[in-house]
Amino acid sequence: MDESSQPARQESPSSPVGPASLRLGIKGMSCASCVSGIESELSSVPGVVSASVDLASSTAHVRYHAAAVNLESLREAVQSAGYETADPTLASVDGVSSEQQAQEKEYRSLMRKFQFGALVSVPNVLLMYPDVVPGLTDLLPHGSQEQRLVWGAMGALSLPVMAWSGSQFFTGMWASLQHRTANMHTLIAFGVSAAFIYSVFAVAFPGWFPEGAAAEPFWDVITVVIALVVLGMALEVKAKGRTSEAIRKLIGLQAKTARVVRDDEEIDIPVEEVLVGDVVIVRPGEKVPVDGDVIEGRSAVDESMVTGESMPVDKAVGDEVIGGTINKTGAFRCRATKVGKDTALANIVRMVQEAQGSKPPIQRVVDKVSSVFVPTVLILATAAFVLWYDFGPEPAIAYATVALVTTLIIACPCALGLATPISLTVGIGKGAENGILIRSGDALQSAAQIDTVVLDKTGTITRGEPAVTDVIPMPAFDEQDVLRLAASLERTSEHPLGEALVEEAKKRNVALAEATDFLTVSGKGVQGSVDGRMVRLGNAPFLGEGGIDTRGLEDIAGAFSTRGATPVMVSIDDQPAGVVCIADTVKADSKAAIANLQSMGITVMMLTGDHRGTAEAIAKEVGIDRVLAEVLPEDKADKVMALKAEGRTVAMVGDGINDAPALAAADVGLAIGSGTDVAIEAADITLINNSLSGVSKAIMLSRATLRNVHQNLLGAFGYNVLGIPVAMGVLYPFLGILLSPALAGAAMAFSSVTVVTNANRLRRFKFDGGHP
Amino acid sequence: MSPDQWIVTATGAGLIVFIAWFFWFAPRNGARARHDHGAQEALIVVKGGYTPDTVIVKSGKPVRLYFRREETASCSEMVLFPDFGITAALPQGEAVPIDLLPTEAGTFEFACQMGMLRGRLVVESSIETPTVNET
Repeated sequence: MDESSQPARQESPSSPVGPASLRLGIKGMSCASCVSGIESELSSVPGVVSASVDLASSTAHVRYHAAAVNLESLREAVQSAGYETADPTLASVDGVSSEQQAQEKEYRSLMRKFQFGALVSVPNVLLMYPDVVPGLTDLLPHGSQEQRLVWGAMGALSLPVMAWSGSQFFTGMWASLQHRTANMHTLIAFGVSAAFIYSVFAVAFPGWFPEGAAAEPFWDVITVVIALVVLGMALEVKAKGRTSEAIRKLIGLQAKTARVVRDDEEIDIPVEEVLVGDVVIVRPGEKVPVDGDVIEGRSAVDESMVTGESMPVDKAVGDEVIGGTINKTGAFRCRATKVGKDTALANIVRMVQEAQGSKPPIQRVVDKVSSVFVPTVLILATAAFVLWYDFGPEPAIAYATVALVTTLIIACPCALGLATPISLTVGIGKGAENGILIRSGDALQSAAQIDTVVLDKTGTITRGEPAVTDVIPMPAFDEQDVLRLAASLERTSEHPLGEALVEEAKKRNVALAEATDFLTVSGKGVQGSVDGRMVRLGNAPFLGEGGIDTRGLEDIAGAFSTRGATPVMVSIDDQPAGVVCIADTVKADSKAAIANLQSMGITVMMLTGDHRGTAEAIAKEVGIDRVLAEVLPEDKADKVMALKAEGRTVAMVGDGINDAPALAAADVGLAIGSGTDVAIEAADITLINNSLSGVSKAIMLSRATLRNVHQNLLGAFGYNVLGIPVAMGVLYPFLGILLSPALAGAAMAFSSVTVVTNANRLRRFKFDGGHP
Repeated sequence: MSPDQWIVTATGAGLIVFIAWFFWFAPRNGARARHDHGAQEALIVVKGGYTPDTVIVKSGKPVRLYFRREETASCSEMVLFPDFGITAALPQGEAVPIDLLPTEAGTFEFACQMGMLRGRLVVESSIETPTVNET
């Protein structure tokens, strides 16, 4: 076994890995005194360096030596203190699957209630409309004693529908009234109760009704409305379950087991038991169980499920791998760096769940309406009853009751309340599937309104690492030779330009030699001896000091510096030998991504601390017209503020660390992250796949989601604004139309289903401009 | 108008006034948060609404509100504090702690995701003598 794969086994405090740490969820803690008990038990476990327990988050933070401690011993310690450990991996795995089960259970229970209600509704409707069934009118002549007996029997049948199928309306009404609030349950319960009371009187005391008024009961209305609304609720539960599919998929990425090296043996253990510092073996076709750094082997890893990047990413020693991604071609070993709740995947899941629950500004307006909605409907329904009773045609009591019941039942506060959150859940989930983490509803709403995108240059448009673009030898020298000698000289230097040279030599398979008599002249260059030849590397004055004629070199260098590259001159044995051009290169997809943004009608600008020449060269290459160059890091936020003051809605795109103030100053800050670096605090939106194409995707998705929210709100508001007056009977004086309560029940039941279904259309959103 | 119409009209008007009073104007009872371990704590039961639905705390001191959801209706599975940017999922039967630090006096709403259940966090200034206004 390779020596390098074993440091985790060393137990001395000077172990190269140092103590690892983990967070352990603890159940049942309620007071500060529990804390010290658990801490002392954990600390007494051999190998544990320190343990601190946080009551607020119900977690223990344990530092330990990876070799000496396993999870079981920590669990036992917590148990001996009298508590249980909670699952230390994704807290939400259990939560989501149990939520899914609960939803499934609720759906089945609602469907049974619907079936019972529907079953009773069939005879109820037929017997209320005897004309429909041939011969029924003869059997039950209108106003006969037989008819009243049948009506009584129907009432008896309707009672269990109310008591069982409709039970949640009455319990819900009772609970909400105790809090002086009202909701859909209140409306349905009041509506059904009014119909029931009227029907009881109609059957039991027909004499109380005005003469000639056909005192007909509403049994059919009661059962049909309950059946339909319950069916609507069931369909809504089903559709709502689909809206959180994205997050379930993310959680499902989590590997179940991991193969780790313990005591020089490969063993399979549950992924929860992987500790920071463990050496994990990942074979082709397997999931990477936790976040880690590759320490041996190489492979291509499919990270599309986390980053949205469709091409597999090459991984070699030193590269970061993300838990939940799939290893494709080769086997490798990695050292676990983040486990349990700290992994990138767990962070993504947590961020998405938080964002899905947040409210965009538009929802605050809706909230104001929905807070007064139900009492207002109760008032309107009462007013409708009084108006019909006072001014309506005979039998006034029947018309008044119909108007009252219909108004109560048609009003749908649920559609209003669901409109925004349900679209957000789908839209933000869709983003997460594609490597776009939208932090909140606020961020989503602002992103949809972006008209100006400011891009940081280094690391955002460009790779952020200098690379050799050209090696131009003087006529007497060979290109390969110049590179070899220059790179050999720079091998020991840590200057980024030097690293670029060494990297280029590696790429061209140029074998490097040893440099001696190495000397660095700060800000000017380096010199030394390679293979017995005197090599100088630096700017013109540095070479000039050595008595070298740099005129030829300067001609070449001049041409390149106007293109934004940094030319480095090389002399060999005091002869001008060539120029190596080093530049920060543009990412492969930056140009297309910028063109895409521009085609969406967005102004794209570049913001950088670099010299104007360099900045403009890059800007020209990627198609940006407006460049804000030579801006000091501390002034970047001011520039963004100035753009906002021009009346623009500005998105700032940067790396999230150096650009944090500018990201925070913008209307929307987008951080381009890579790998496991997902929880970038300053960013409203994090793009995990390190590519600019995510910016236009994020804006497109936000626009589509906000459009979906608007559709839902328009539908929900429009439905209520039109439906309630019609139910109250405003059309009656003109067209003689008064809505049937059963029809109102159907409309109400399907209005909220429609909202959820519309939101689900977002799941099919395509980032190539296809509108759902 | 006939006597029965008068009765119905008067009853309806009375009912309308009652509805408006009941939902919008009636005094509500608030609960003052307990002081415990340096934080102001209160337990809020989520069942058809928030009990208590008004919690009174002092500004400048940490507040911990435990939410215990005792129902299955999916309506109440989240609680949001928009003013504090806090969102929390409420698994059934679990007391979920929510920590916040109110710095200014004022009334801050909390609600479920759909805004059907509502509660208020009333923050009193801790400097001046509290004007006990538990409505």
